[in-house]
Amino acid sequence: MHNHVIRPFLVVLAVFVILITVRHFFVPKDFKVGDRGFMYSYHRQGNEKEWADFKVKYQSREYCADCHDENFKKIIASPHKIIQCENCHGPAVGHPDTIEKLPIDKSRELCERCHTKLNYPTSLRGQIKGIDPQQHYPGKECCSCHDPHHPNGPSRTVDNNLAGTNLKETGAAINGK
Amino acid sequence: MENNEPVDQERRKFIKTVCMGVAAVALSPAAFKILGPSEALAFVQNTKRRWVFLVDTNKCIGCGFCVKACKQENEIAYDAPVSRTWVERYVVKKDGDTLIDSPKAGRDGFIDAAIEGQAVPPSEIAKGFFVPKLCNQCENPPCVQVCPVGATYQIKEGIVMVDRKWCIGCGYCIEACPYSARFFNPELKVAEKCNFCYHRTVKGLKPACVQNCPVGARQIGNIKDPDDPVTKIVLNERVSVLKEEYGTDPQAYYLGLDRSVR
Amino acid sequence: MIHPVIVHGSEWTVKELFVYPNEYIYWGIQIVMYPFMTGLVAGAFVLSSLYHVFARQELKRIAKFSLIFSFALLWAAPLPLLLHLQQPLRCEEVFFTPHFTSAIAAFGMVYSLYFAIVSMEIWFIYRRYFVEQAKALVGRKGWLNQARRVTYGVLTLGAWDIGHDAIEKDEKVTKILASTGIPVACFLHGYAGFIFGSVKANAMWMTPLMPVIFIVSAAVSGIALCILFYSLINLWRSKSAMPKKELDAVRMATKYLLIFLVFAISLELLDMVFRGYTAMKSWNILRSVIYEKDFLSIFLFQYFCGNLVPLIILLRKPLSMGKILTATTLILFGVFMMRWNVVIGGQAFSLSWAGFMHFELPIIPHSLETYKEGLLGALTIIMLPFLFFFALNKLIPTLEKD
Repeated sequence: MHNHVIRPFLVVLAVFVILITVRHFFVPKDFKVGDRGFMYSYHRQGNEKEWADFKVKYQSREYCADCHDENFKKIIASPHKIIQCENCHGPAVGHPDTIEKLPIDKSRELCERCHTKLNYPTSLRGQIKGIDPQQHYPGKECCSCHDPHHPNGPSRTVDNNLAGTNLKETGAAINGK
Repeated sequence: MENNEPVDQERRKFIKTVCMGVAAVALSPAAFKILGPSEALAFVQNTKRRWVFLVDTNKCIGCGFCVKACKQENEIAYDAPVSRTWVERYVVKKDGDTLIDSPKAGRDGFIDAAIEGQAVPPSEIAKGFFVPKLCNQCENPPCVQVCPVGATYQIKEGIVMVDRKWCIGCGYCIEACPYSARFFNPELKVAEKCNFCYHRTVKGLKPACVQNCPVGARQIGNIKDPDDPVTKIVLNERVSVLKEEYGTDPQAYYLGLDRSVR
Repeated sequence: MIHPVIVHGSEWTVKELFVYPNEYIYWGIQIVMYPFMTGLVAGAFVLSSLYHVFARQELKRIAKFSLIFSFALLWAAPLPLLLHLQQPLRCEEVFFTPHFTSAIAAFGMVYSLYFAIVSMEIWFIYRRYFVEQAKALVGRKGWLNQARRVTYGVLTLGAWDIGHDAIEKDEKVTKILASTGIPVACFLHGYAGFIFGSVKANAMWMTPLMPVIFIVSAAVSGIALCILFYSLINLWRSKSAMPKKELDAVRMATKYLLIFLVFAISLELLDMVFRGYTAMKSWNILRSVIYEKDFLSIFLFQYFCGNLVPLIILLRKPLSMGKILTATTLILFGVFMMRWNVVIGGQAFSLSWAGFMHFELPIIPHSLETYKEGLLGALTIIMLPFLFFFALNKLIPTLEKD
């Protein structure tokens, strides 16, 4: 009988060999160290391609302008020209091919994002013409009076007290003129 | 002297062995990678682009369109309170008290004047402003360093990405990020973070948050390009970064930061 | 969406003041259990090695038991991690693509190495028993006896020689394995401390003392559990008072327990004093966590009940069985609270340093997640090593009979 001491070590070695073999088949071939070295870029290289193929949803207003020329021209001439179409109309992906009509967000909350008056010095927000949502026609849709594509234009109803020169001034302030 | 020679040799041999052993342990496998000529060339070319971000807190109006766009663009559960980017509101009162909030990560903007449940009268406000936050795509990302399986990594353009098929969901990267930019994707159960909309930048588009910001408070730029408008600002104006003391070398630059910003 | 989207961590995190939107207590009860369990493994092994390496004869009776118990604990040690993972089915990646700049990546290597060492040590100690059993069972009737004979036969790995020389060789190798096992056991637990100590984002965790504190408290908890469990088994077996021999072994073990306990307390106090004295920027928020939010669990549960009271009990002679049982139970509770205060306490404040997070342990589970990361998940983990131990006991005798 030779040295029996070696036997458990052989078992450990066998387990190790099995592990290495399984690893060989389990780990994708493109799993390696990338441009930034082992610490920062040891990864499955194919994943970069997977991310590059991720679907783009927001198309930008140049995409919208192709068909909706009239609305595009209208808003571009107004202080609201800084707002992208998709902020109110939703991401344009799939439109018009699969989604015929994009849902339009006409809620008060949407307008309030900018036009709830917050008197903050040191922030551009403080300069935007705003309202107190609790005081200013609560419950009413903003666009029943104001035209979001042409906010400083003539009011849609007679009792609009927001239309005026002030709006033009704020618009100019935001647009950096 | 002659008597000492074998001892000296022995010692030398010992030191040599020890040194080699230490070297073998200290060198990471990456050190053994030798670049071929084509790889070396590719490496030089690849370093032509390094994305950085520029946030102008003077401009931000807290509309939250960036957060809304980010969540929809990147398919992050819309109603979950976590987000790749978020907007914080700071109100510093005249008595020095600082109030901070970020309801729903700023997704719906800030439509309530009350902050942390307090309605602060305008006369008491010394400073009030908004700070958009996102992943800083650090030059030394601690989140990548601590990933046990190589499921998160930095690409040559400096962006840190997550391999959703490889992440085991241990949460170590989330704990390691000083900016809390990471979280678990509530649907996919893997680590989630901002990647400057990699799928857009590779196609020449701007990140969704940049595109949808009405006031230009968020910009992306290539710091390796001296003619890039963002590079010019970073190089010529007084910019700051968040939590510099952690040594992460963050690459989101800020204009108009205040000491109250966390 | 059909399923309600639940953010991981939101079910047990309550936020107060300003906390970043993405911040939750992501490391819950299972990450408390993980260092607690590996600590018990390491501690139990250290106790057994005191006999095998340093030839502390008086510990002989408890040493064998400790080794087997350490092995039983070792099986359960990675389970908290497994229950914690959001993608548990991908756990094998830790072995296949280890990213060694991460402390967690060391787990695969160190754990496997340690597992191999403990298994081999047990094999060398029990080889003689395997051979004797396999031989004695030859020709015995019944399928159970035959199954046992085959099992023991396989366990011998074909090494049937139990002559004097062969056994002497076994003992020699056992000693070598036991001595290599100590640093590996320390490393196994030290790296668990490193996992926390190296997180620079977290002001509470980041200290180079963390691995050392973890190792010493590991020894404390492991020895305490071995003493407690060993005493209870002996009390139960002898039906009345503890036999003198066993009591002596246990008393001896408590001496080592005391040494490690004093070390652990000193290190933890040093850490806290140092933080308060240097008062870095983060001290403001740490102070409110330590002295206000977590005051009870740190000062009452951990330091008073878990450290001070057992220390006083153990210092007062003579050591009765009742005192030993009370003290070791309190110590185990104290070490558990220390893990709790590190893991949960380290996440009790926002990284903005402007807000707090409170942990509410899920008691009654309503989903797989709240089971895994709740009280029941933790209890499952605690029970497992005892089940393993009793199963192992069917195969090999861990307690001396005479």
